[in-house]
Amino acid sequence: MTTLSGWGNVPARGRERLSERIERASAGAVLSRGLGRSYGDSSLPPSSEPIVLGTRLADRVLDFDPETGALRAEAGLSLLELNRLMIPRRWFTPVTPGTQFVTLGGMVAADVHGKGHHRAGCFASQHVRALRMRVADGRVLEVSRDQHPDLLLATFGGMGLTGHILEVEFTMRRVASPWIWSESRRVDDLDEFIARLKETSVEWPYQVGIVDGLARGEQLGRGILDYGRWATAEEAGGRPVRFKRRVTVPFSMPAALRQRWSVGLFYSLLVRKHVPRHKRHGLRHFEDFFYPLDTFRRWNRLYGPRGFTQYQCVLPNAAGVSAVRRLLEVMAREGGVPYLAIMKDCGPEGEGMLSFPMAGTSLALDFPITDDTQRLVDRLNELVIREGGRIYLAKDMFTRPEHFAAMEPRLAAWSAVRERWDPEGALRSAQSVRVLGDAP
Amino acid sequence: MNIVMLGATRGMGRALARLLAERGDRVFLLGRDAEELERSAADLAVRAPNFKGFRGHAPCDLSDTQSFAPALRAAEEALGRVDVVVVTAGLFATQEQLEADIDRTELLLRVNFTNTVVFCEHARATLMARGGGTLCVFSSVAGDRGRKPVALYGASKAGLSHYLESLDHRFRDQGLVTICVKPGFVNTGMTAGLKPPPFAGEPEKVARDVLKAIDAGTPMIYTPSIWRLIMLVILHLPRAVMRRVGF
Repeated sequence: MTTLSGWGNVPARGRERLSERIERASAGAVLSRGLGRSYGDSSLPPSSEPIVLGTRLADRVLDFDPETGALRAEAGLSLLELNRLMIPRRWFTPVTPGTQFVTLGGMVAADVHGKGHHRAGCFASQHVRALRMRVADGRVLEVSRDQHPDLLLATFGGMGLTGHILEVEFTMRRVASPWIWSESRRVDDLDEFIARLKETSVEWPYQVGIVDGLARGEQLGRGILDYGRWATAEEAGGRPVRFKRRVTVPFSMPAALRQRWSVGLFYSLLVRKHVPRHKRHGLRHFEDFFYPLDTFRRWNRLYGPRGFTQYQCVLPNAAGVSAVRRLLEVMAREGGVPYLAIMKDCGPEGEGMLSFPMAGTSLALDFPITDDTQRLVDRLNELVIREGGRIYLAKDMFTRPEHFAAMEPRLAAWSAVRERWDPEGALRSAQSVRVLGDAP
Repeated sequence: MNIVMLGATRGMGRALARLLAERGDRVFLLGRDAEELERSAADLAVRAPNFKGFRGHAPCDLSDTQSFAPALRAAEEALGRVDVVVVTAGLFATQEQLEADIDRTELLLRVNFTNTVVFCEHARATLMARGGGTLCVFSSVAGDRGRKPVALYGASKAGLSHYLESLDHRFRDQGLVTICVKPGFVNTGMTAGLKPPPFAGEPEKVARDVLKAIDAGTPMIYTPSIWRLIMLVILHLPRAVMRRVGF
């Protein structure tokens, strides 16, 4: 039997059955999987039914109205292909995650957010108008705010557990040019970081902070804040945009190079190189701005053969800056060495019943997996529960069911809808077995 | 250009149709399933430079020779003039599947060889009645040498390649350009269940190669191009070696 893994590179028993005709192939399937970019076990099958439906060949655009921006496509269409088709013609997805290697179906299932959450919200909650779905009893349905709204909202962020997403209809937005106008700023400590995040979120549609994950004491929370907007046609001056060449990381990084000192060196260079404190970048390629890691195919190999996990949580504004400080302190105390630490300001919670973001600060920390990872995640989760925050299932591989239930008061309502549409629990994933207690 | 494509709803045909539509060519689709044709036609129309490209299709089933003439007529009526006919349709099954099922074998041989040739004869007539054009047909590297894992599928493609070469020799000076495309292993829905060998290609790469061949009138191409080298070696291996190795 072959294995499948999420982006965290932790293999599990399973196989993908690819089909160009997912409407037919989804009958009886246990789970759909797009490009497998969720980090943990969201896209992996339960152990008793090891074959998932691979949707990435179902990638046709079915309709686009250049008057309104309404676009309908098959769920396996990737953001990479959508950008390739639409960016040169000045259209862009209303919400983009940090990689183009995702499918529309995956973007709905995780109700993805991005650098623009404070303004544009989540992809599905705020911008998807309708879905075509195959539900557990075998029916194929049009699902919208008028037809089966409960199913629609439970599917936004529902991790593919409420039915197979076959088609997605959403509204694209016009952009003035294919280029980004951006600035960045060096930030010296956490208080300043949070203040600047709030400040830039008022003026700028896109923002992201890279935090030095190893800095302690006075320097805790230092890093770089990056923000931008689409350049105007005058700023871009009609420069056409070419898509980037990609480089593949050829093998797993050996342990000798994956040490505290090498990670520290990376952060130091990142922060110290940022001279002056406040840079006007001017025009930037949209791929550099939104998808810096997409340049490296298989960058997950940098974390070594045991793979990695990303711990992403959001802490509510009410908990204040001190909650973020406490989280970084718990991480340091538990010996967590994040290879990458990303901080963002989130806007209000979306309509998706299990949609991740809430008004507050989101932190995403990448850790190589070690024997201590479970304990680290447990301690972080305990803190997140105390502070009234929650974690993002699309990244998760270690959260315990009791912790998830404690941080997700919306779970009962979502489960009730899921139960209504799939009383037998036919649609499952390795993650739903682990976190929601589904039958293996 | 005006192009008629048989079998472009999936795989390499889909990728090629997209390239053509994206540069503004008009693609008319032929295939078995009306709904699939409609969805692919919609996809191509959005890809056209103005978002509202040409949209047309007609039913045509490679296992039914009676469907060929009406399909080509419908295409010609819709397009006005046909410049290129592309055939990517065909059946595939593993040697084990075929050996276990004689009816499936008979169907595969008939569809991939006899009926494809009959379709090409119709297409030839259509193109030559307008003074010429390009006929581009997907054969396979499997037809180049008798090999253990593709005895039957390979035989159907060997016959097809042979026909296509002859056709090009016979009619090129009368304006008919025939292109025989020999893809190696390409990752598509057709090969999804098989273990990909080293050098497995992607349909988008194949599509770019084929587009170049159509524009240049290259009579035969291997694609991705590494397969030219691989087949050069395989074609020169002695029989005794071929008998021993597994490919």
